[in-house]
Amino acid sequence: MTEYLVLFVSAAIVNNYVLTRFLGLCIFFGVSKSLDASIGMGMAVTAVITVSSALAWLVYYLFLLPYQLTSLTIVIFVLLVASFVQLLEMVIKKYMPNLHKMWGIYLLLIATNCIALGVPLINVESGFNFLEALVNSFGSGVGFALAIILMASLREKLKLADVPKSLEGLGVAFILAGMLALSFCGFSGMISL
Amino acid sequence: MANLWKIFSKGIIQENPIFVLALSLCPAVAVSTTVVNAAAMGLAVMIVISANNISVSLIRKLVNPKVRVPVYIISIATIVTVIELTLKAFAPLIYKDLGVYLQLVVVFAIILARAEVFASKNRVIPSFFDGFGMGFGFFTAMIFIGVIRELFGNGTILGFSVFGSSYPPALIMILPAGGFILIGYLVGVYKIWNERIEKRSGAR
Repeated sequence: MTEYLVLFVSAAIVNNYVLTRFLGLCIFFGVSKSLDASIGMGMAVTAVITVSSALAWLVYYLFLLPYQLTSLTIVIFVLLVASFVQLLEMVIKKYMPNLHKMWGIYLLLIATNCIALGVPLINVESGFNFLEALVNSFGSGVGFALAIILMASLREKLKLADVPKSLEGLGVAFILAGMLALSFCGFSGMISL
Repeated sequence: MANLWKIFSKGIIQENPIFVLALSLCPAVAVSTTVVNAAAMGLAVMIVISANNISVSLIRKLVNPKVRVPVYIISIATIVTVIELTLKAFAPLIYKDLGVYLQLVVVFAIILARAEVFASKNRVIPSFFDGFGMGFGFFTAMIFIGVIRELFGNGTILGFSVFGSSYPPALIMILPAGGFILIGYLVGVYKIWNERIEKRSGAR
């Protein structure tokens, strides 16, 4: 039990996928302009990553590895994640229209994203078993949500600040992310896997 | 010929993928801690984007527009796999350093964007130059960032000591945080520079 907890904390905080591994930066900078949107995005990413990496793990160990097709890993994973997200979008649109109104646009943004593809690949490369992969994926989703919500709160405060004209927009967002990453460095060494 | 040069050169400054389009950010920060890794990543992206533009341009009349995005993604993923296996065989150390980021080249928005915006509408040779130019712009930006980070974070360039042993390395440049902050300032500098160029050409 403890090892799963350690894995979770490691994925969510110590080795935060956004701030120390640079995955999912496109949506991290794109959506963190408002707090509401970033909360929705954080939840959508967590749900998608957890389910799609579980699927990817099953496909890898039940299909790719026994038939020695590991050279196809990238092609299969990309298609798997993208089509899973599309399917999820269609199902939600049909059965939960309210939820779709809130989440629909985020889902499509996740379809081809570094974090949605990176986490399944890292799971497989680290040789996690199924439960470990599940915990790692969920932890990385929570870590992403934490990072993007912190970032959105900072950027909402930033609107009141007097930023040099050349750094407006993306420039200052990167510097803020740097500060955030620096504070997350404080956690390093807390857990060593 | 002049036209091809124009297509090639627009990716290097005016539309430099890292600084202007803000696409494909992940690798720029993650693997740019040394010049060698940054160059390897830049080169890989340059090859993928040129090869993918060629292949998309070749099949542009065969692909039904409704399924074009999955087709492009399969094409990109195949090229990335080829590069990954090549590096694994011939440069295992660099392969290990690049790690998962090399495989993630598949989802770089810029590659899909060039296929969609340019290669799917143009002939093979201009498409190649468009991809090559964009890739080259990415490559130069990666090397630029790699040089700054290795120089200040480690006191070396390509492993050779520059400042001598009395220089205490600024560890922050190697840390993820330093990468973020550096890119933030570079985006700002780039913006000022581009504005000046525009003002000058406007005055003329």
